[in-house]
Amino acid sequence: MSFDRIREKLNILADAAKYDVSCSSSGGTRKNNNKGLGDSHSSGICHTYTEDGRCVSLLKILLTNHCIYDCLFCVSRKSNDVKRAAFTVDEVVELTMNFYRRNYIEGLFLSSGIFKNADFTMERLLLVCKKLRLEQKYNGYIHLKTIPGASDELIKEAGLYADRMSINLEMPTEAGLKLLAPEKSHADVIKPLDFVQKNIAQFSADKKLIKHVPKFVPAGQSTQMVIGATPESDKDIMYTANTFYKNFSLKRVYYSGYVPISDDTRMPVLGTQPPLLRENRLYQTDWLMRFYGFKVQEILNDANPNLDIDIDPKLSWAIRNMQHFPVDINKADYKMILRIPGIGVMSAQKIVQARKFGKLRIDQLKKMGVAYNRAKHFITCVDTPYQIKDYQGTQIKAFILAESQSKYLKTDSNQLILF
Amino acid sequence: MIYVFDGSLPGLLTAVFEWFERKPGFVSLKSMEIFQPEAFTEVMVIDTNAEKADRVWDGLQKKMKKTWLRNFYCSYLSEIPEAYQHLFQFTIYIFQNQDGAETNYGNEHVMALSKYAKSVEREKHRMEAFIRFQKTGDGMFYASIDPDFNVLPLINNHFKNRYADQQWIIYDLKRKYGLHYDLNTVEEITIDFTTEANKKNPSAILMDEKEELYSLLWKDYFKSANIVARKNTKLHVKHVPKRYWKYLTEKQLG
Repeated sequence: MSFDRIREKLNILADAAKYDVSCSSSGGTRKNNNKGLGDSHSSGICHTYTEDGRCVSLLKILLTNHCIYDCLFCVSRKSNDVKRAAFTVDEVVELTMNFYRRNYIEGLFLSSGIFKNADFTMERLLLVCKKLRLEQKYNGYIHLKTIPGASDELIKEAGLYADRMSINLEMPTEAGLKLLAPEKSHADVIKPLDFVQKNIAQFSADKKLIKHVPKFVPAGQSTQMVIGATPESDKDIMYTANTFYKNFSLKRVYYSGYVPISDDTRMPVLGTQPPLLRENRLYQTDWLMRFYGFKVQEILNDANPNLDIDIDPKLSWAIRNMQHFPVDINKADYKMILRIPGIGVMSAQKIVQARKFGKLRIDQLKKMGVAYNRAKHFITCVDTPYQIKDYQGTQIKAFILAESQSKYLKTDSNQLILF
Repeated sequence: MIYVFDGSLPGLLTAVFEWFERKPGFVSLKSMEIFQPEAFTEVMVIDTNAEKADRVWDGLQKKMKKTWLRNFYCSYLSEIPEAYQHLFQFTIYIFQNQDGAETNYGNEHVMALSKYAKSVEREKHRMEAFIRFQKTGDGMFYASIDPDFNVLPLINNHFKNRYADQQWIIYDLKRKYGLHYDLNTVEEITIDFTTEANKKNPSAILMDEKEELYSLLWKDYFKSANIVARKNTKLHVKHVPKRYWKYLTEKQLG
C-alpha cells in the first residue's frame, strides 16, 4: 500500500466519521488472558482531545463513505460532492493494531456508509472484528455500528466480537427524520436495537446457569440524536431519550449539535454556529436523569418545554420548587442532598458519611468540594447565619447570576447597567 | 518536636511507631531532604525499621478498607512535604479512633489525604492516557515521562496487562528510573543517558522503519477528527494542559 494513498484514505474516512460524537471506551470487560494485545479499562481512557475540546479515545473511521442513501444531514449522502474512499479490511486491522501498540487509542470505532446493501456492508464490518479478535489476539475496545436492515445472523455474530454496538436515531422525532431522510424511519432503528438488547439479556441469563458463556456486547448499546437541524423542543428530545433508555437499556444517548454541512433550505444555513450551549444543557439533563434521581417530567413538561439557557437545569428545577428548600445538610436524606444546586455526587456522599461524626459546618462543606456560593441559598448547616427574609426563587437566580460568569454568554458581559 | 525521616514509606511508618512508643504530643514530620534545623525545637532522627513499619502497616490494614490503603499509598507517592505531615497525623488519628474513622470527611487529615489521592490518581490516569510509545529498530516500545508525582508504581500493572505481547520501557526522567517489560516480568531499571540529545527521545536513526509512518498517520487523524466550527481552545487546554504536550505525538510539529 502506498504511503500517500493510505494517508489520503485516512483523512477522508476520519473526516466523514467525526460527526458521530460517541467517544466512550468504557464498560469493556475484556481481559488480556491470551497474552495478546490489549486489556480493557472499565472506565475508559481519553487519550487526547481535539482542538474543539472533544475527547479522542477510539480510532473513529468509516470503512467507506460510499453510500446508497441520500440523508440530508449526512456529509456522506449520495448527492454530496465529496471525495470517496474505501479501506480494505486489512488496512483497518493494521491501523488499529499499530495505533493501539503506541498507546494512541483505546480501540476502534468502526462505521460505514451503505454500499450495495445492508448485509454486504455488515459482512465487511464483521470481518474486521473477526480478524482483530481471532487472528491478531486483539483485546482492545471495539465499537461497531449496527447496520439497519442487516440480517439477524450477522448482527448476532458481530455482537460476539464487539464491545459496544450503536445505531443512531439521527432525528429526535419521526417527523423530523422523515423531513430530512424520507427513506428512513425510527422503526428501522428500533428493530435491531431491540434484537441486540434481547440477545444481551439472553446471554446474561445464560451466564447465571452455564459457566462459560461468550461475551455479547458487554459494554451495551448507545444511540445519537442530531440537535438543532429540525425544530423539536428540548422536551421532545429528552422524552425520546428517556423512552430509549427505558425500553432498550441504552448505556448512553448522545446529543450532537448540528454543524451545517448542506445548503438545502430545509436545514439551518451554512455558517450557522452549532448550538453548543443547548447541547450542554441537554447533557446536563441527561446526567440529572441518570445519576441524580430526577424524572424527566420534573425538568421538562408542558409548562417548561425548553431548558433555560442562562442557568443549568438543576438550578432551574430548584428555583421553581423552592417549597423543598432550605434543606438541612445534617438531617436530609441522600436523595434530597443530591438535588441541591452546587452539590454533586461526590460531595453528597462525603456529607452523609461525615455527618455521622458530628454536625457539619460551612468550612467543612467548602473543603469537601461543595460550591458553597451556589448551595448557600438552598441549605442550612450548624453555623448558617440567621436570615430574616425569605427570598423568592427569582431573586436567588439574580444573586447567582450576578456572581457567576457564564462561559457561554460572552457577549452580554460588557452590557451597561443603568439602574 | 520534629521527627526527621528518610523519605521512604517504611520510614514514615516507623515514625508513627516511635510516636506511639513515646506519645510526645504534637510532632512535625519532615523528610531528610527538606529538613532545616531550628533553634529551640527538639529533633529526633527516625531510624527506619522494617519490622516496626510492618506492624504499623498491618494495623492500618486491619483498621481500613482497601480503597483507603490505596488513598494512603497514593498520598505518599505525591512526594509533597505537607502530605507527609498529614499522613503521619492521619495514621495516629486512625489508631486512636474506632473503625470507620477514615470516612469522617469533616476531619482535616481525612480530607487532605482524599485530595492528595485524587491528584495522584489523576496524574496516574493521565500517564495511562498520554504516554506515547515509539517503536525502536530492535522492536522495543519506548516512552519517557516526567510526571508531577511518582506514579510509575501505580501504572505498572496497567501497561503490563495491556501490552503483554510487546517489550516496552517507560522511563521517568525526573526521578531517574524506569520500568522495563521483557514479555514476562516488569523490572525497575536505570539508564545512563550519556548525551543530552538522548534524553528527550531515542534518536531517529534507532527507530523502526514504520515508526514515522504511524506517527504521521496519527497526526493526520488528530487533525481530521477536529470539527473547526466547534473550536474551543479553552476546553482543549483544560483537558490536555500544556505541560503534557511534550509527550503527545499529535502535538509535535511536522
